[in-house]
Order: sequence, then structure tokens, then C-alpha cells
Amino acid sequence: MSMKISTDQFKERVDKGIHDDFMRGAVAGAQDGMGVKRRVATEELGNWEEWRSHGEEIRQHVLENLDYYLEQLSENVAKRGGNVFFAQTKEEANEYIRGVVKKKEAKKIVKSKSMVTEEISLNAMLEQEGCEVIETDLGEYILQIDDNDPPSHIVVPALHKNKEQIREVFTEKLGYTKTSKPEELAWHARQMLRKEYLSADIGITGCNFAVAETGSFSLVTNEGNADLVTALPKTQITVMGMERLVPTFEEMEVLVSLLTRSAVGQKLTSYITVLTGPKEALDVDGPEEFHLVIVDNGRSKILGGEFQSVLQCIRCAACINVCPVYRHVGGHSYGSIYSGPIGAVLSPLLGGYDEFKELPYASTLCGACTEVCPVKIPLHNLLHKHREVIVEKEGKAPISEKLLMKAFGLGAASPLMYKLGSKMAPAAMNPFTVGEKITKGPGPLKAWTDIRDFPAPNKERFRDWFKNREKGGK
Amino acid sequence: MKVTLFATCIVDMFQSNVGKATVELLERLGCEIDFPESQVCCGQPSYNSGYVKETKEAMKRMINTFIDAEYIVSPSGSCITMFHEYQHIFKGDPVWEPKAKRLAEKSFELTQFIVDVLKIEDVGARFEGSVTYHTSCHMTRLLGVKKAPMILLSNVKGLKFTELPGKEQCCGFGGTFAVKMAQISEQMVDEKVRHVEETGAEYLIGADVACLMNIGGRIDRVGKPIKVMHIAEVLNSR
Repeated sequence: MSMKISTDQFKERVDKGIHDDFMRGAVAGAQDGMGVKRRVATEELGNWEEWRSHGEEIRQHVLENLDYYLEQLSENVAKRGGNVFFAQTKEEANEYIRGVVKKKEAKKIVKSKSMVTEEISLNAMLEQEGCEVIETDLGEYILQIDDNDPPSHIVVPALHKNKEQIREVFTEKLGYTKTSKPEELAWHARQMLRKEYLSADIGITGCNFAVAETGSFSLVTNEGNADLVTALPKTQITVMGMERLVPTFEEMEVLVSLLTRSAVGQKLTSYITVLTGPKEALDVDGPEEFHLVIVDNGRSKILGGEFQSVLQCIRCAACINVCPVYRHVGGHSYGSIYSGPIGAVLSPLLGGYDEFKELPYASTLCGACTEVCPVKIPLHNLLHKHREVIVEKEGKAPISEKLLMKAFGLGAASPLMYKLGSKMAPAAMNPFTVGEKITKGPGPLKAWTDIRDFPAPNKERFRDWFKNREKGGK
Repeated sequence: MKVTLFATCIVDMFQSNVGKATVELLERLGCEIDFPESQVCCGQPSYNSGYVKETKEAMKRMINTFIDAEYIVSPSGSCITMFHEYQHIFKGDPVWEPKAKRLAEKSFELTQFIVDVLKIEDVGARFEGSVTYHTSCHMTRLLGVKKAPMILLSNVKGLKFTELPGKEQCCGFGGTFAVKMAQISEQMVDEKVRHVEETGAEYLIGADVACLMNIGGRIDRVGKPIKVMHIAEVLNSR
């Protein structure tokens, strides 16, 4: 899987999403449920806004000094006997990992949840190399055995599936014979996965936060699968987006609190795994060999530019969980592994406007995303910024829209044109007016009136009323 | 107190009743109203679509129109939020940034002005009916006006209030979003209408004409017996 998850056009994807009643019910239910949990978990701190500001400061500080911290991280990983590779592109990242796989003659690889490995299409490369790759996060596992169904949410990848659908997948692919009770399904997956951990040659993980000062990296999970992925196989590869680090454990603590509260409304998740380098002499478990692959893949182009703040993201999905557009179209409609508001900002930056040009418009700019972001990314402003770039720098807006907006700009800037236009409006709209409503509008109004009535222009504009009233006294 | 009214283009052309109610209400509260004829649109439709350069002339026109006002008041949360945005849009411009800042300092949404500037919490209105209220996104999240409309409505005699489920959720208007992403917008406004229906209220009240035009337009299209009113009209009822 790569960042792009569909060859369908945006409209077709949205159409599919809107007609998927089950998905919409699941998403709305999850949004409502997680929304309440998030609110409770953030409010109980008593000074959430201070926490957010602190989180923002930490992330901004790291981005401003990214070269320094990346160097410090690399040195400290190397000091502890780990290998560090800095991949400028996804091809370089895959090539390096391919080299490790070949050297180890690896046949089986277990993975814990990682968005960046989806971004670089790592699984496809590994499978081409003849490896068996097993996703161990329950959500990812379900999607993988369902013929690699793409994730629809960055934290809850199988959000679009219900337990009945999961039971069907398990029955068909794993010979499962029990009910759709979540406990039974999870138990079955656990049984299947346990033997994989024990026989895997390599464990691959993502990285929530790397700690520059110690050369450590952390994983935030609720299933404990990352512990097994990092404890059992002899070789471990950790893949991280190049911005995913903090100076010290002190900052990590703040960001982990922001992350778990914002993502799932938990004070802490069941597991916060922190690992530093390969196994040492007195350790009872852990990998003998450790590789850290730091992925740029377009991030350094974002640094220093007008979209830099998107790199503050800690992948909590709070923005997705409040987005009213995501609510109705679901994650797959975005056509990218990164969905929702963060996906609509990030995907065009990493994957280009040609692939993802509609996403910045798939927002009402309602600001719900910006309001909940624990590290204060001005998401709705960045969506607007994309539109500006598409119109003014990329020149990708439709010509009809350009003409309309130019005319609007002229009309709005000139009181005379505005006055004339608004005065003529009732006569111009007369053929379309029934009573006080327009139910079948012309031109750009058509898309409006396909769904809603539009008010007919007032015969007496407000300004005329005001003027007449002034003339006639009160 | 002298108030310069920023009516908004929607009110001027389509909802003059909202403009009239705003004028009458403010006058009753002791304000003297002025309406500069050179006012046009705040520029949101083209600005929000990404046409920033094209919109700047309209913004400058609006700044010049209102710059000498004592207080600028508008019956639309979203349009007055746009007045507050100007200073960010002209950031770094030695002439227009300071002007835009001055404009923002004296720009108020109607209920915000009544509660925060006039310091009035009960406008002496009477309105018989059960109502629910849609909190518009720009007004609450970007302008930060959440309490003022609630305070004013709670003091209207005869009014029975029910909170709207999912009140903070966008109605699906979003300017050109409503036509550009019509399919998605329809789903959003439909959910909003369902929530309004669930309250059993006879009236849906709001403080932003654009959202009301969207929700009201859908209510009319699907033929629900719910009346839509702007908060100025409710506060002007006696």
C-alpha cells in the first residue's frame, strides 16, 4: 500500500462513502463516543489550554532545531550499538530495509502499527522479496487478512468495519468458527499472532516519539503487540518520520499525555514502550540488532515553508474525530492513508496536488479541527492556504470559477457595480422565482437548489428601506 | 452611542427583515444607527475559495468604508469574523495592516455588542414559542462568542428553549463548499435538520444569516414545519 489508496476519482469515492450506511453509522458513533471521552480526559487536567500551548512550543522548538536533534539522536543510537539510516525518499528507505532483510535471510516479519511504513509502501516491497509480513495491531491485522483493505483512520484503522464483517473475514480467511463477540474475535487473533511473534526473523515498528538525548524511541499502544514485536525477533527495524522526535523524556511525557488524551480519551494507554538500542549483556530479551530508519520523503520541503506547522502533528486523530466532513464520507473517500483534516493538509504536500487537489476543498473551514488539535496546528488555515496555492501558484482552479471569482472581486470592490447588481437581482431572478423562493436556480446556483431552496432577492433591498426611512423620518 | 451597521450582502439582498430588526432593536437599546452606502461584501466567498489577491480590493473598500466608525455591528458572526481576519490577511503591509487592526478592534457581532459593550443582558423582548439555537462555527470558534446569544435568549419572556443535539457541528454551508461539495454538504445539512427536528422546537434560531439560509433552505425543500428566524428578529419581538 502506498499513500494513495484508490484509483477512483474523488467524486466516486465520496459517493461510495456516502452510500455506505454501515460505515457512516460506525464513524458517527465513534466520533460521538470518542468526542465525549476526549472532552472528559482533557477537561480533567483543569488547564488544557496551557497543555496545548506547551505541546505547541515543544513541537515548534523541535522543528526549528530539527537538524540538531536528528544528529543528537543518531549519535546516541549509534553509541548504544544501533544503526541509523537517513532516507531521503521512500525508495531509499525501502532499499535499506531490503538490504537488512537480505543479509538476515529473513522469511517472516512481524510489524506493529505504523503509518509511515504505509506511506513508503514497505509491505509491498517486503512481499516482493518473498517475505511473509504479519501486521500485529488488531485493526491492521483485520485489514491485512481482508486482502489489504486500506486503513480509514490513522488511529483506528478498521473503524469502517463492524464485528459481523470482521467475523466474516475471520471465517473466510482464518477458518474461524465462533461468534462475532469482540472478545472471541480478539482471542482468536491473539492465538494466531502469538506463534508468529515466536517464529519471526525481524520485527518492524513505527515510532511515536524518539528521544534525542538518549537515543531511545517510544511506542504507544493498547494491545501490547509492540512489546512482543520488539522483544522476540532477533533483528528490529524502527521506521520513523523525520519530525517525530523530542529533546528529552521530559518533553516526551508532555506529548504522550496530549496524545493519549486527545486520541482515545485515556490518561495513558495500556502500554507505553520505550526502547534504547539493541539488547545488552544483562538484558533477558530484546533484539540483537537494531536499525533506525529516519524517513524524509518530502518532509524537508515542508520545513521552513508556510505549511511547516503541519509537521507539529503527533498523529492523535482528534481532528478526524471531530470533522463533520469525515463524519459523512469516511476515511477511504480521502484516497490517502492520511484522512480527515490532517490528511487533507498533509496528503497534497507529500503526494502532490495532482493526486490530492480536491482534499483542501473538502472542508467547510468550520475550525473544529483547529480547536481540538493538542499541538495547535491551525488546520483550517492550512486548508485555506492550500486553496490559495492551488489558485494563485499552481493555477489549477477551473477557468469558469476563476472568471466568476474575478467578477465577484470586481463587483464586491466597486460599490457602484454592487449596487447595480443587487438592484437588478430581483428582475434577473424573476424567471426562477416561485413565491419567495428559488427552487431551480441557474448557473452556480443550480448546485445549491438541487438540495435546498434559495431565497428570492428582496424586492426592496435593506439599503433602500434604510434610505427611505431616513428620508421619511422615524 | 453611535453604531455603524455592517448589514452584510445577504441581509441587504435576501434577508432585509433581519437588517430591519437589527436597526429597530439597537435603536430601542439607545443606539443611533448609521448605514454607509458604500459597503459591499466582506469578501468571504472568493477569499475562502483561495482568491486572495482578487479579494483584497473588496477588503480595502470595506476598511475605508468603516474605518472612522465608533462601533461596527453586524447581524452575522461569520462576516464580522472576516473583519477580524483582515489584519492577518494584510500582515506585513505597512498601510493596511494597522488599518485592519483598527477595524477589528471596533467590530462586533450583534449579540456580542449588546452583552459586552452595551452591558445589556435583557433586551425586554417577548417571544411565545419553543426554540432551539444553532451555534455557528465562525462565530463560536473563531470569534469566540458563545455565551452572549444564550444570555440574551434566556431573558426573552415566553421563550421555551431546548438545546440542539450536536450543536457545535457545522451545518454544511462553508460558502462555496455548499455548491462545490454539494453532495457532502447535503449530508451535513440533513443531519442538522434531523437534530433540529429531534428537539421538537417550532423555531430554529441562529445568529448567522448564511447558516440559516442553508438550514432553512433544506428545511423548506424537505417540507418540515420548522420556522427559521434570526436572533435579531426574536430579540426585536415584543
